[in-house]
Amino acid sequence: MKILTGNDLGSGHVVWWDGQGWSRHVHDAVDVGDAADTILAAEEAARRVNASYAISATKGADGTVRPDHIKDRIRALGPTVRPDLALQPSDPHSGNWVI
Amino acid sequence: MYQYDQYDQAMVDARVEEFRGQVARRMAGEITEDQFKPLRLKNGLYLQLHAYMLRVAIPYGTLNGRQMRMLGDIADKYDRGYGHFTTRQNIQYNWIKLEDAPQILADLATVEMHAIQTSGNCIRNISSDHFAGAAADEVVDPRPYAELLRQWSSFHPEFDYLPRKFKIAVIASDTDRAAMRLHDIGIQIVKNDAGEIGARFYVGGGMGRTPMIAPVIREFVPALQMVSYAEACLRVYNRYGRRDNKYKARIKILVHEIGADEYRRQVEEEFAHILTLGLEPPQAEFERIAAFFADPGLESGLADGYDRSDPDFAVWADQNTTPHKQAGYRAVVISLKPAGGIPGDATADQIRLMADLAEVYSLDELRVTHTQNIVLPHVKQSDLYALWQKLDAAGLATANLDLIGDIIACPGLDYCSLANARSIPLAQKISARFAEPERQRALGELKLKISGCINACGHHHAGNIGILGVDRKGTENYQLLLGGSEAADTSLAQIVGPGFSEDGIVDAIETVTNVYLAQRAEGERFLDTYRRLGMAPFKEAIYG
Ligand code: HEM
Ligand code: SF4
Repeated sequence: MKILTGNDLGSGHVVWWDGQGWSRHVHDAVDVGDAADTILAAEEAARRVNASYAISATKGADGTVRPDHIKDRIRALGPTVRPDLALQPSDPHSGNWVI
Repeated sequence: MYQYDQYDQAMVDARVEEFRGQVARRMAGEITEDQFKPLRLKNGLYLQLHAYMLRVAIPYGTLNGRQMRMLGDIADKYDRGYGHFTTRQNIQYNWIKLEDAPQILADLATVEMHAIQTSGNCIRNISSDHFAGAAADEVVDPRPYAELLRQWSSFHPEFDYLPRKFKIAVIASDTDRAAMRLHDIGIQIVKNDAGEIGARFYVGGGMGRTPMIAPVIREFVPALQMVSYAEACLRVYNRYGRRDNKYKARIKILVHEIGADEYRRQVEEEFAHILTLGLEPPQAEFERIAAFFADPGLESGLADGYDRSDPDFAVWADQNTTPHKQAGYRAVVISLKPAGGIPGDATADQIRLMADLAEVYSLDELRVTHTQNIVLPHVKQSDLYALWQKLDAAGLATANLDLIGDIIACPGLDYCSLANARSIPLAQKISARFAEPERQRALGELKLKISGCINACGHHHAGNIGILGVDRKGTENYQLLLGGSEAADTSLAQIVGPGFSEDGIVDAIETVTNVYLAQRAEGERFLDTYRRLGMAPFKEAIYG
């Protein structure tokens, strides 16, 4: 699947396009097919996202979304060396998902 | 320490207000990201993997307690409770909000700090010996010269848009503690036969994808002509440096392509011209600057020696403190490399504690080292034990200076958007594998440096053991290099062979250290043994 990501302009948070807006959780990301350029242009212009781009990802049977490149998986989770600062601080093994 | 005069303060304050306006215009949509990005980069604000990243300049790595405390407060107030000290003696914050950035810069300005020229193709923060002013072996304190260059290079309009970034290091002893010859310009302050102070210029060093050791371009420039000579060096570069190709744009490529002799000829020609203009700083101005550094308040008449009856303390004192030019003092290195920890990271509380300790025990001075540690430069030997107890209680008394656990690691793929692979987890695994203090000390001096990509922010080319992260078909892979040094005997490390997985490289390093232990001659450091034996026995042991 093709998904969209970027950073929130003001806070810098990593965000993912969920079909209506921008979520901080990668698993909310939706397949945008070939609408990437149109959506990104509109969202950038409205300053709802910054430094945005499209990536490919894979949807698991359980509905989770896994970006194909490790860099985006780390963006989705947070630094693997600081699980306490990751998006799932309660799961100290969440870093395994990255690799 | 240098203190801002009214011009310094006015410039920094004006810059904060300018940036406040720029951020407001960006947030309001009056300017686009394409327009805004160069403006934020001019103020040290990058966009990295997780958020905005702010790089704060620490001129020649020197700080006072008030400044250090502010760095801790910023970490708490605007970031996530920690900061990362870098190989360029600066600090980076990883979780900055754009909305907060102007206020952070305003807070920094209250303690005479900023983030100007920490990004972009300009002259970056000038680095220096972290023992400057304390080192027993220095000719003079290099910092007044570094400060002179800082003033000259700040907002220098001619050098605001160079072909590429430009890094200068200034030292004043034969022992190089600043990787001086791996900078675009390395300056060694020396004394000539007549007893006069001057500068030896090395030009065209660097790391990155094409590492080069800078050749000497001039043996001796009289001290006050140093700025003019630097100006000539940069002017030739600015005119002929390659702007067509980012990878060939550093000054090292120019010096290499036209040759040191031709580069020197052109610099000398330019220098002769500049001298006719009489732009050299007056002696009085230099003395005004130098006076700030002259006497931090060292007591004289103290005796050398201190109580070493606590064995843990004695181990730390032997490993992490170094001789001071003044009797009765030592310079203390606080390791930011606990076994299994993140090299260079310090929590807000640790940063504030170090600020407090500097005020109490080190005449209100701290230094950031290019090895990502913190120095308290002027500690009375009689205070060492009390200091150590406080550091130990805060997890800051790891006794591993220059040992295998004292690893340099860039942020890598955990934080950096340019990375190919993670660096920090490797550093953690290696320092954990070698955590046993006796084992580390038995290995002796061993400088291990890790970069997450070819840009070499982690100095892997200069590691006795270097590790470079590469991307192999979407997975992290690590190349092993051996034989680098960034000290006075600067050398570039060579790649051993095919790369490794994360666990594989940790094993390979253990193999390398075993070869060293088996083959070392009396008194040899790892680097000495490597230089004597060459790559072959290490390669053989690793790949069989
Ligand atoms: C995370 C954001 C960072 C980015 C985007 C970044 C980017 C770069 C790039 C592109 C280069 C290569 C320049 C060239 O060869 O022309 C470079 C070199 C370098 N950077 Fe970084 N860097 C980052 C963080 C750091 C950190 C954290 C440190 C210190 C630990 C650092 C210190 C250096 C040094 C020492 C060099 C090599 C020396 C040289 O040849 O200039 N950088 N960096
Ligand atoms: S070496 Fe590469 S990965 Fe490491 S900080 Fe520099 S640019 Fe990032």
